[in-house]
Amino acid sequence: MIRIDTVTKRYPDGTVAVDRLSLDIPDRSITVLVGPSGCGKTTTLRMINRMVEPTEGTILLDGADIRDQPVTALRRSMGYVIQNAGLFQHRTVVDNIATVPRLLGWSKQKARARAAELMERVGLDASLAKRYPYQLSGGQQQRVGVARALAADPPVLLMDEPFSAVDPVVRKGLQDELLRLQEELGKTIVFVTHDIDEAVTLGTMVAVLRTGGRLAQYAPPAELLSAPADAFVEDFLGTDRGFRRLSFFGSATLRLRTAPVVTADATAEQIAAGAAEAPYVLVTDADGTPLGWAEPRDLTAGRIDPARLLPHGRPFVHGTGSLRAALDCAVLSPTGWAVAVDEAGRAVGVVSQQAIGEAIRAAHGTHRAEAAEEAGVTG
Amino acid sequence: MNVLHYIASFFADAAHWHGYDGIPARLAEHVRYSLLALALATAVALPLGLLTGHYGRGGNVLALVATAGRALPSFGLLVLMFILLGFGLVPVMVPLVVLALPPVLVTTYEAMRSVDPSPVDAARGMGMGEARVLFQVELPVALPLILSGVRSAAIQIVSTATIAAYVSFGGLGRYIVDGLYQLDYEKVVGGAALVAALALVTLGVFWAAGRFAVSPGVRHAGRRT
Repeated sequence: MIRIDTVTKRYPDGTVAVDRLSLDIPDRSITVLVGPSGCGKTTTLRMINRMVEPTEGTILLDGADIRDQPVTALRRSMGYVIQNAGLFQHRTVVDNIATVPRLLGWSKQKARARAAELMERVGLDASLAKRYPYQLSGGQQQRVGVARALAADPPVLLMDEPFSAVDPVVRKGLQDELLRLQEELGKTIVFVTHDIDEAVTLGTMVAVLRTGGRLAQYAPPAELLSAPADAFVEDFLGTDRGFRRLSFFGSATLRLRTAPVVTADATAEQIAAGAAEAPYVLVTDADGTPLGWAEPRDLTAGRIDPARLLPHGRPFVHGTGSLRAALDCAVLSPTGWAVAVDEAGRAVGVVSQQAIGEAIRAAHGTHRAEAAEEAGVTG
Repeated sequence: MNVLHYIASFFADAAHWHGYDGIPARLAEHVRYSLLALALATAVALPLGLLTGHYGRGGNVLALVATAGRALPSFGLLVLMFILLGFGLVPVMVPLVVLALPPVLVTTYEAMRSVDPSPVDAARGMGMGEARVLFQVELPVALPLILSGVRSAAIQIVSTATIAAYVSFGGLGRYIVDGLYQLDYEKVVGGAALVAALALVTLGVFWAAGRFAVSPGVRHAGRRT
């Protein structure tokens, strides 16, 4: 565990970047430091690997003061990823990744073998090994940056706005990749961002800092969205926090209707049964893959023409998908009904906006009850 | 007779190819003075430029020294040194080294300052010491610019080393000085042509050094972005 204990960073000109900050960063999870510019989030991160020395207070790593060991040894035991990757342009991809192992005295051969292994792990094609950074896209450069940080298998990973310089599509890919990597590797990650969406997506714990380097709230993302500590945090979370909070409620509680899902060779009885439960029926192919919506009276039993169906939009995965995904699907659907599929993409049912609304109210109720119970136990 | 005829007959004269005043001997002397001056200037200016550039301090002092160095007339300095120190290599070396110091010092400093700070930050954050940061991260990226500074110093030295002849030293300047004295314009033009050719060869040497020493990742990166 990394324990930041009443740390202050004051510059000679009197500016206070971080003000009596205390934070316990749990092992094997992603802790996100988020806040507006000038909130001291980067300074805080850089104090953990002593790129910045605190004016007051101490930082403990597994109980030991980080100043107890030589600064280079400390830094080599922590992966460091920065914005724009900061790759060495005179070195090839493989040699960039091999940097820390080489510093630790590994042989060139062993370090390169390890680098090749990491390239695969972060999703870089082996053919890129001999390329130079200028030959890579921004997303690829950032993957090299992550691989380089992981090369010596450090227990701690410090990431300073690593994905903020790439476009939103690439950023989403990198975020998913980081979560997948974290699932495999279980590092203690401290992640700095100014993007609250990124914080909520990635963080196990999120620390919101306010200008002047003071901690505003430190909580898991779901709690942050449901119970912001004050007006500043609420403001920072933005106007659609209610909608975003739905990401944390699973869709398993949704009661799906299965009758309105019919195959293209459905009988008149099947279509009638579907029409009894919903104004539209969802037509699928023989494997269950959704093809589109249709009004029951437009359908000819036995041979439905897929070309004449309304688009079904993007379905959500029942169970693993969130209520946010389900609601989004229903809002975007031309019929107002969301299509639920299983992991393999086969339609398992449909659900109305109204039913999703009821599930949301129920989920909030359960959440409040749990919170009250927890408060009752601790209080 | 035009200049080309002068050059042609200078090089055609068999007498110019032998003995202590022959082209090979004078060329060798010229190269020797130039290399020595360049080595001395680089030995002083390069470490100074690297260190000040790395730590980002002393830029103002450097600019002052460089301006002062550039303002000193090489010929005047040579005569002054000759009067003070008498006949010898030192009075010849002083103006040449003073001439070469500013370009090496200033471009090295600027080259180090212009290195992208983010790889340097990443290098420190990964646990590289300052020496490693300087030699393994900053220097390889700054190298093309540093080489260009040393190159312009080298070319200035090659062309200015002719003044050694004024204080009875050898080198290609002998032809120019003696030719002027003897009103032998064939000799003057021939000597000047040799100096110009040597300057071009110097350019070629630095081009080859750049190809050899600069990483392809750095050489091409500038063109793409």
